[in-house]
This record gives sequence, C-alpha cells and structure tokens, in this order.
Amino acid sequence: MKLSILVNEGPYQHQAADTAIQFTKAALEKGHEIMRVFFYHDGVNNGTRFGVPPQDDRNITEQWTALAKEHDLDLVVCIAAAQRRGILDENEAKRQGKDGDNIAEGFRISGLGQLIEAGIQSDRLVVFGD
Amino acid sequence: MAMLHTVNKSPFERRSLDSCLRHAVKGSAILLIEDGIYAAIDGTVVAEKIKSAVGDHKVYVLGPDLKARGMGDHKLVDGIETVDYAGFVDLVTEYDKVQSWL
Repeated sequence: MKLSILVNEGPYQHQAADTAIQFTKAALEKGHEIMRVFFYHDGVNNGTRFGVPPQDDRNITEQWTALAKEHDLDLVVCIAAAQRRGILDENEAKRQGKDGDNIAEGFRISGLGQLIEAGIQSDRLVVFGD
Repeated sequence: MAMLHTVNKSPFERRSLDSCLRHAVKGSAILLIEDGIYAAIDGTVVAEKIKSAVGDHKVYVLGPDLKARGMGDHKLVDGIETVDYAGFVDLVTEYDKVQSWL
C-alpha cells in the first residue's frame, strides 16, 4: 500500500517524531511504499543538520537521513514553516541573504502542494504531532 | 467506511480522548499511543470511559509505549488488545482512513 506521513512536531519536543520514524520503519519492513514524509509546523525542525544531541541520545535527524538514504524516501520540509524557524537550503539562504544553510542531507524544501499531492496520491496519510 | 482513530495524549492531561470518543462512530477502531496509553490502564478514573467504548469499538494500545512508561505489567481494561509497530501499520492499512487526535 502507498502511505504518506505528516510530522507536525519537532524532534525532542515530545514523542511524535520518534513515533513517526518507528512507524515509517515498520511500514517499510512490511513492504509498503512510503510516498513522502512531509514536515510541517515545528516538524520542520527535524530537518536541521546542526542539532547535536548528547552521544548517548538518539539523533533524530540522522535517523531520518539514514532512512531516506536506505529507502530513497522523499523528505519534504514546508517552505513557509521553515523560513519562520530558520531552516534553509543553499538556494533559500542565497535568496534571503543569509550567511549559511542548515538543511540536513536527504531533506528538501518545498511547498504545501507537496502535502496535498501526497494526500491525494497515497492510500493513507498518517499524522504525527503534538 | 471504518476509520482508525489514534490518541497520543494522556486523558489526565488533555481532552483528546474525549473528543475522539464523541466523534468515533460505532465500528471504528481506536489506537492509544504515546501518553495516550494511560487510558488503557485499568483502575483509573477514566477506565469506565474506555470500558464503555470497548463495546462499540475495537480498542488497541501500542505495547512499546506501555513498556517505555513502565506500564507493561499493569492490568489493562478488559477487551483492549496490545499491538507493536507492525500491528500499528496493519491497522492503518486495514481501516479506510486514519484520524489522529493530537
């Protein structure tokens, strides 16, 4: 079955980001297709590569990046939510006159249309948030 | 068209379980995850609510989240079934739509 995931909560905020990763892994293990993971609201904070959690803690962003690499996942960060929270890719940094970008490997910045498309084209859209 | 409802907040903290129970139609399923698992524990002040819901709905609880909170050995309200993440995925595919009460 074709599934999409919506993450509305940042990493280390509560548990939604962790649950979303565990659910995504379990779905892939069962042979389902994950069409897209869309990060909205504080969920965009999953996509910064500048987070440095303690060594004995999980690195949620790196978990997403590894999962994306292994399964060729489409991790999409909402552009408007990202701009408010200082999540930038190279293009956006240039466009906004900022001195650097921080998007993590495997993530891309795009618009809400990507969420609508995922909702229409997937068999299920599963929401994780706070 | 049967729907799966997920509740991820403790019934002692927020009203999301009440909202879910008010809206969920007979035959739809409810999955308690994250802090929502506290609603599955027997002997609490909200246990009666879940007991009456079990008649109209299949009620599930996410086992790893019970364990993560040290509630793995507590008695659950009768009729609640424990699932793991693979079971969570199965529920999502089994029901037509998923509504997350956050």
